Amino acid sequence: MTEISSLDSLPVGRPGIVTEIRAAGAMGRRLTDLGMIVGTEVCRVHRSPFGDPSAYRIRGAVIALRRSTAGEIMVRWE
Amino acid sequence: MSRAAESRAPSPAQADAPVIALMGNPNVGKSTLFNRLTHLRQHTGNWPGKTVESASGVFTYKGRPYRVVDLPGTYSVLGKSPEEQVAVDYIRSGEAQVVVVVCDGTCLERNLNLALQVMRLTSRVVVCVNLLDEAEKKHIRIDLRRLESLLGVPVVGTAAGSGDGIGALQEALRLVVDGFSEPRPAVFAREGGQTPEELVRAAERLAAQVQEGGRGVREGRLERLLTGRWTAFPVMLLLLLTVFWLTIVGANVPSALLQRGFDRVGAWLRAAFSLLRAPWWLRGALLDGVWETVARVVAVMLPPMAIFFPLFTLLEDLGYLPRVAYALDRPFAVCGACGKQSLSMCMGFGCNAAGVVGCRIIDSPRERLIAVLTNSFVPCNGRFPALITLILLLTGGRGGGLVSASALTACVLLGIAMTFLASRLLSRTVLRGVPSSFTLELPPFRRPRVAEVIVRSMLDRTLFVLGRAAAVAAPAGLAIWCMRSVSVGGTSLMTAAAAFLQPAGAALGLSGTILLAFLLGFPANELVIPIILMMTSGGGIGTESGMADTVRTLLGAGWNARTAVCCILFFLFHWPCSTTCLTIRRETGSTVWTLAAAALPTAFGILLCAAVRLIWRG
Repeated sequence: MTEISSLDSLPVGRPGIVTEIRAAGAMGRRLTDLGMIVGTEVCRVHRSPFGDPSAYRIRGAVIALRRSTAGEIMVRWE
Repeated sequence: MSRAAESRAPSPAQADAPVIALMGNPNVGKSTLFNRLTHLRQHTGNWPGKTVESASGVFTYKGRPYRVVDLPGTYSVLGKSPEEQVAVDYIRSGEAQVVVVVCDGTCLERNLNLALQVMRLTSRVVVCVNLLDEAEKKHIRIDLRRLESLLGVPVVGTAAGSGDGIGALQEALRLVVDGFSEPRPAVFAREGGQTPEELVRAAERLAAQVQEGGRGVREGRLERLLTGRWTAFPVMLLLLLTVFWLTIVGANVPSALLQRGFDRVGAWLRAAFSLLRAPWWLRGALLDGVWETVARVVAVMLPPMAIFFPLFTLLEDLGYLPRVAYALDRPFAVCGACGKQSLSMCMGFGCNAAGVVGCRIIDSPRERLIAVLTNSFVPCNGRFPALITLILLLTGGRGGGLVSASALTACVLLGIAMTFLASRLLSRTVLRGVPSSFTLELPPFRRPRVAEVIVRSMLDRTLFVLGRAAAVAAPAGLAIWCMRSVSVGGTSLMTAAAAFLQPAGAALGLSGTILLAFLLGFPANELVIPIILMMTSGGGIGTESGMADTVRTLLGAGWNARTAVCCILFFLFHWPCSTTCLTIRRETGSTVWTLAAAALPTAFGILLCAAVRLIWRG
């Protein structure tokens, strides 16, 4: 079953496809620089000891994002 | 952190040398490549992985010198962040004949995005696909020739860690500089009007055409251990403890040997001076003042530094520090600060001045200022040996190195706790605001290059810090001798100054002498303990050999356990050294913030010491 949720609800180890990026301004730009645009595959690889931030694999690199940022990114996953 | 390379004017022969600029995402091994090209020269004091200002160096290839400029790592040249602006302005200035875009072979897609962006600013681009050895380990194959024909600019593959491909890169640069090969960026790369998203897609298509394999990379066991929910903090603590234990246990013997050696040289010098019938004041100023102080600083500082710095650099090289920032981000966020502050904090363990410069990696000005103001809450390398001495005084050497290492770890943890407290205090009062969002890359673990790390950390850090300490120790030693020898009305200046400071010192559980030593030690924290020894031992012939005897001298001067505890607390929390203060002034551009950065830890120190003094009636 296909689900659409924000990135911070993506289960660890499950790949998802970005469907929408609501983050604007500098953060939106930075995400584009990191190669995260609509259609990019992301995978949540890890959660930090306190549960926030989490690490995501984006185009071969592992990037840590805080929950507040991940909440502004929508992903589709199965 | 100032770089020797920057202050040095290029020699006439180098003035018209072709300029090569290195660009690339952070963590692509750009600094390693820079060091390979310039043979480690002219790169004094680079804290690896964190090139926060551009450095330059020179290499000679086929009889001609080339100047290499290492630009700060950047993800993009389209945005407005400070490091992007530096890079864009530099490329636009046209100073560089060739811009080398260094790409990570394990993460080509994203790196090609930057290459495409740079190719819109200038056509004189050479793409260097680095970390090919790591890519191979991940079973990634890259068709460099095809990439070259698709991009229209020279493409060279390297593995800077082992030095592979450096010659090919130099040859490619020479060909471009001499006009034998002319980069002609492909049409799609030159087209204007493309949105950033379109460039990302173009990079994606490119990578798909030249790259095979490398899918399905799994999270490693090391990663789970170092950042796992239940293991991250125990491992962090254990690593800290191990590093300190090795430092303490390893430093003891060489420190005593050095001191004995210096004593012997001192005795020879003394004999030589009396043979030459040198006047008493010359003998006093040079031997009792300058020589004694410099010898003590070197003997106390060198061994712990020579052990601590390489160990710390190994952890850095492994890629551990970003994991610390990752694990500690939540507590920092709760304190209204940025997780990257733990990176500048870690750099502060090496040198607070370097830590303050390192705060540039924090994007938000508010959070950067918090990091700058609280950086000296963690003890720098200049303070570790002093703390070790004081801990030995407290434990009396019982329980061996492990007890001392635990005590030192506790000191560091207290420093970190106070960093959190101070950050929270600042973000609730003068630097109010909500934590901004940030991205933090966790680079893959890399096998540290042990031999190179030892050489580099010895040369770059140990000798640099030691040289600075010795340079300020000489004048300080002279000043102390003068203060002790010049008397007004029967009391020496030093006795008078110590007596004047006595009430304040006593209120803090210290003494006038100790407080005076802290004030005189403003040029470098390394000086404080030697100055205390100079003042209490009466400056006779050096009898101390190593830390154990230092401890005996201090005990003879009426120190008790409470004095040692208060002294440790004041060592942890007092004004930063002069170099750090100057760096803060430069980084913040504000005298008020510099004063605040000095007052904040001092206030913590005064409060803690006074509290200990009140509670513990010794």
